[in-house]
Amino acid sequence: MMSAQAPILILLIPLLCGLAITLVAQKSKNLAFFLILIGMIGSFSAACSTLIQVLQGSAPIHYRLGGWPPPFGIELVIDHLNAMVLFIVSGSALLTAVYSRNTVIVEIPDRVHHYYTLYALLVSGLLGMVATGDAFNLYVLLEISALSSYALLARGRGLAYLSTFKYIIIGTIGASFYLLGVGYLYIKTGTLNMADLSQMLASPDMKESVSIKTGFVLIIIGVWVKMGFFPLHGWLPNCYSRASTTTSCLIAPLMTKVSIYVMIRLMFSVFSVDYVFNTLQFQQAVVWMACIAIVAGSISALAQQDLKRMLCYIVLAEVGYMVGGVWLMNSNGFAGAVYHIMSDVMMTLCLFMAVGAVIYKTGDSSLESMRGIFRKMPVTATAFLIGGFSIIGIPPTCGFFSKWYLITGAVETGQYHFMIALLFSSLVNAVLFFRIIEIGFFNRFDDSGHGIHQKFEFSEAPVMMLAPMLICAASLLVIGLYTSFILRNIVQWTIPAGL
Amino acid sequence: MYMESLISFIVTEYNYSAALILIMIGMYGMIAKNNLLKKVIGMSIFQSAIILFYISIGYKGGASIPIIKHGSGMADHAAIDPTLYVNPLPHVLMLTAIVVGVATLGVALAILQKIYRVHGTIEEDEILESLKE
Repeated sequence: MMSAQAPILILLIPLLCGLAITLVAQKSKNLAFFLILIGMIGSFSAACSTLIQVLQGSAPIHYRLGGWPPPFGIELVIDHLNAMVLFIVSGSALLTAVYSRNTVIVEIPDRVHHYYTLYALLVSGLLGMVATGDAFNLYVLLEISALSSYALLARGRGLAYLSTFKYIIIGTIGASFYLLGVGYLYIKTGTLNMADLSQMLASPDMKESVSIKTGFVLIIIGVWVKMGFFPLHGWLPNCYSRASTTTSCLIAPLMTKVSIYVMIRLMFSVFSVDYVFNTLQFQQAVVWMACIAIVAGSISALAQQDLKRMLCYIVLAEVGYMVGGVWLMNSNGFAGAVYHIMSDVMMTLCLFMAVGAVIYKTGDSSLESMRGIFRKMPVTATAFLIGGFSIIGIPPTCGFFSKWYLITGAVETGQYHFMIALLFSSLVNAVLFFRIIEIGFFNRFDDSGHGIHQKFEFSEAPVMMLAPMLICAASLLVIGLYTSFILRNIVQWTIPAGL
Repeated sequence: MYMESLISFIVTEYNYSAALILIMIGMYGMIAKNNLLKKVIGMSIFQSAIILFYISIGYKGGASIPIIKHGSGMADHAAIDPTLYVNPLPHVLMLTAIVVGVATLGVALAILQKIYRVHGTIEEDEILESLKE
């Protein structure tokens, strides 16, 4: 009985919890934490139930809101692709909620209940974007998640207000472009339901229509702004690196990946493989842009002295991986990109959590704060190491397998520049992380070459921070070891027909 | 030839041109203006332009407001002539978009106020100048 309602419960539970937190948890920080935990657990278990249902039956689940039939009413459509994304988004939101127990009280002591309300709203917005089968509904949920993320990001360090202001301006341009693009599609087809749209758009005269092309370009640019794809990425590093620890753990892995999911959904479920790759002629250009995104992101990451900024530039490079993989026009590249959505959420989350724990203990986010990390905080350091290995792409971790499929796709289609960009990025990431390992393990000298006899006391982060971090790190290995299982049961189903 | 079709497009489908001009004004305000409040105003114009664009696409010549004349209880729903009523769907969608626009404006103004308290000004170049010192 409940499992039939699971798709809507995924987003309703966090939404109602957010409401409950503002209403009843004003006085008690513990109650606010308890409620957010309930919300995230509820949402995660509903997502698990949905994933199991999708894996058991081969057809997608259609959930009609209010019982209205599709072209008129809004529906939620859950197939293999978004069941996986829902699972991973709600799972990492749950882990971050557990992690936030210590950090939120330190960073935002006066407004804990407001913080958790926005947290719940953001998560339900993101989950809604993933679950919905309606193009306009997607816009509304996109704005719900964007608005709550503006408020969350503004409560940060240093110049957070200024960078958030820039994000508001740019994010609004992105969302408005999306809305305008949907308007073009609506003028030509008269419908907003994604399945209905794709049927209408399949007719030959629609393929030639300039309005539809304009609509597609506007929608894609809008989504690219949201994910921080290369020429449109300017807002992302400042905004995410100045946010508070919990906020960057929550937003940095999820927002970009959900935008990539939206791009895939619109490209292949609203438009079609044939339309995107054969009617439109900019597939090559997008792959080149992805290459530039990867190279520029990696080099910029190398130039940073601040751990969080470094991670933000890595996130930008990873966005390039996924966009490039999707636009390679190859089933292996596509599988790599979809698999990478899952693994990238976990590895960036793992790294942001580890860096957050370092900041929590040392109050500093520069590379120097990693000095002696293996003695002071061995568990955090291990999690950081596993996350770093996964970003580099060292075999037992999942980062290796996604890169493998992306490179296979690049070779099969003869787009060697993408392969070179991926290998270059791996190399730079290796330099990046081994430099930090060196600081953490060996470097006991100050700048003038004198040995420092500094004793590093063991002072590990609290258990509530370590547990989710270790689960993340373990999941990187588990996802890596079960790669063939995931590919066979989930990713294979998501590859669109004709690719 | 092209000139004529362009002029006829501007005259007959002026709603698109008007929306486009407003979008351009809004974009200009957001990108070129130095004062952060003017950027917010540009953002608001941009969003309003899109709302007007949507509203105008629901319009039909000679049609009435979408309230069915022989309202409830009549069995002849199938006989309704859709050309008599404007399309209400874009209007309903824009109710949501207006709410989103108001909320964005509110958040932007709140953050602007915070910027003013921290930096003492809302001129972008003055803020950047003060950061260098």
